[in-house]
Amino acid sequence: MPTSVIGKIVVDRLQLINEQGEADASRLTHLPESVYNKFFETITLARLYNQRALSLQREGRLGTYASILGQEASQVGSALAFDPSDWIIPSFRESGVLIAMGYPMHLLYRYWMGDERGMSCPEGLNILPMCVPVGSQLTHSVGVGMGIKHRGEKKAVGVYFGDGASSRGDFHEGLNLAGVFKLPIVFLCQNNQWAISVPRSAQSAGATIAERAFSYGFEGIQVDGNDIVAVYKATKDAVDKAKDNNGPTLIECFTYRLDDHTTSDDASRYRSKDEVESWKAKEPLIRLRLFMEKKGLWSKAYEDEVIKKASEAVDAAIKEAEGFSQPQAVDMIRFTNKDLSLRQKRELEELER
Amino acid sequence: MKLNMVGAINAALAQEMSRDKDVVILGEDVGRDGGVFRVTEGLQARFGAGRVMDTPLAELGIVGASIGMAVYGLRPVAEIQFMGFIYAAIEQVFSHAGRMRSRSRGRFTCPLVIRTPYGIGIKAPELHSESAEALFCHMPGVKVVVPSSPYNAKGLLASAIRDDDPVIFLEPSRLYRAIKAEVPDEEYLIPLGKGEVYQEGADMTIVAWGAMLHKAAEAAEGFDAEIIDLQTLKPFDEELILSSVKKTGRLVVVHEATRNCGLGAEIAAFVSEAAFGYMKAPIMRVAGYEAVTPMARLEDDFKPGIERIKKAYELVMEY
Repeated sequence: MPTSVIGKIVVDRLQLINEQGEADASRLTHLPESVYNKFFETITLARLYNQRALSLQREGRLGTYASILGQEASQVGSALAFDPSDWIIPSFRESGVLIAMGYPMHLLYRYWMGDERGMSCPEGLNILPMCVPVGSQLTHSVGVGMGIKHRGEKKAVGVYFGDGASSRGDFHEGLNLAGVFKLPIVFLCQNNQWAISVPRSAQSAGATIAERAFSYGFEGIQVDGNDIVAVYKATKDAVDKAKDNNGPTLIECFTYRLDDHTTSDDASRYRSKDEVESWKAKEPLIRLRLFMEKKGLWSKAYEDEVIKKASEAVDAAIKEAEGFSQPQAVDMIRFTNKDLSLRQKRELEELER
Repeated sequence: MKLNMVGAINAALAQEMSRDKDVVILGEDVGRDGGVFRVTEGLQARFGAGRVMDTPLAELGIVGASIGMAVYGLRPVAEIQFMGFIYAAIEQVFSHAGRMRSRSRGRFTCPLVIRTPYGIGIKAPELHSESAEALFCHMPGVKVVVPSSPYNAKGLLASAIRDDDPVIFLEPSRLYRAIKAEVPDEEYLIPLGKGEVYQEGADMTIVAWGAMLHKAAEAAEGFDAEIIDLQTLKPFDEELILSSVKKTGRLVVVHEATRNCGLGAEIAAFVSEAAFGYMKAPIMRVAGYEAVTPMARLEDDFKPGIERIKKAYELVMEY
């Protein structure tokens, strides 16, 4: 007997603005013009925040830091598609997501300065502490999704991770559970092509990360991760779908980490200058600027004004972060458990003496 | 009502689920099948599949999802089918459940319970008989509880579910159906962090928990021994142990887990630091050998038997 086809996977790739800033106007009718300004201003802010973090690190004023340069469209575009009451579960390279969600920048700086208080999310936002063990946050989104379902709320979860995380068992268990329970989750893979020195091609023999969603029973899509309009659109659709009880989505943002893995890394050891240069030409701000200019939304004066405002905000955030008091040693113990054991109480006293 | 430990744990789960709609159960085979030991029998029929969730076979995912739910504000009770399978979820427990409160400086907390059968004694296949409690005792942020009777199983589990931090609740599978005892229908709580004097005595203090408590007590026949049922392993009841050893001057800790870095070492070190002047004899540990937990035919040779335990009692009484 001949074999019959019982399944076929078709993976879409979405790009709305190309590298020259050209767009098919008919496909952008869903967006008000003000959103482009929001994109431009938030990317600029995230980029300045990032630049200053790197300088502070070099000056010894901030610890090891993971740069987001090149990935701003993937981060800002996706984050802006969520509401502040939605839940965000970030990896450690997600400063752009947090800034776009309105997370105070001084707290972000403070975190990278080695202070846990920086990850004490302000009330009104639901952003879990940045996750350092790669990929281990994926299953947390499952539980948050179950919680949303349990309470019958209209909220979505956005969980962020990289191409490296897609090789972990956590990825499989997280996506599988999300599919089985049809949870309101948007899985946002920031495929920045490199997990430290291991290229995406060595993480998996699969052609895309997006295609894996189909084996868990839901949709996956690859977007041009340097096209903020495409990232925003794909994420917004996935967020709406989640809130309408139509289950999870996997979005693979195809982007590039232009900087080293962290400030402790030297990427020139494992990737060519040519490769990096070719991606520099594709970075997200260039095309957004071109696109907005064509629409009459960008001018040099506008950009200068945006940069001036962003610089002021970043300066103020750094000042506030550096003005923090030294964290109290007793907090190590106080925040380990709610009810302290006798031993913890003795140790607390020892620290207080 | 007379219940065995399975019935008592089931009663505690039903009680807490009736009291608080945020208490949910998840795990492998916990719903329709009622769990491989039938601990969750009838709960899905009573509370619905939304609150008693059969999950795919995914220990990491079960614990990771529980963390997400707990952070969100629910009180999940996860079942890991056997303790030998919890290792896949250890990163979740150590790097997330035990740290969430600290990492977010109290903004997010992780009130979850992981129940799992543990220990030797039911002639099960490989990795179905582990006693890995010390691993969890070592990690900050996590509490560890072990019941020894139907009565304390119900009261301890209710407290564990209401606790605002993660609790590993280890159920000695050997005791699941071994003892039937009176368990009150009404609600009662046994506080975490408190041990219980199982038997009063004057000459030596014996500290044990779970299934080994009963072996330690059996071996103590003929000795005037005070036996402490630890109940909570982390944080353990320092005051109760201290007041007892100050009276008896001798201490034997009995556990099934391997001796090396076992909880007995911590208890012995604590007592020698805090009550050295009271001790009449060296502190003894009776523990499993430094060997992989064996399969069924050797399991009785691995865990401390009456003779080995008695020998330790006799030794401390020589001083």
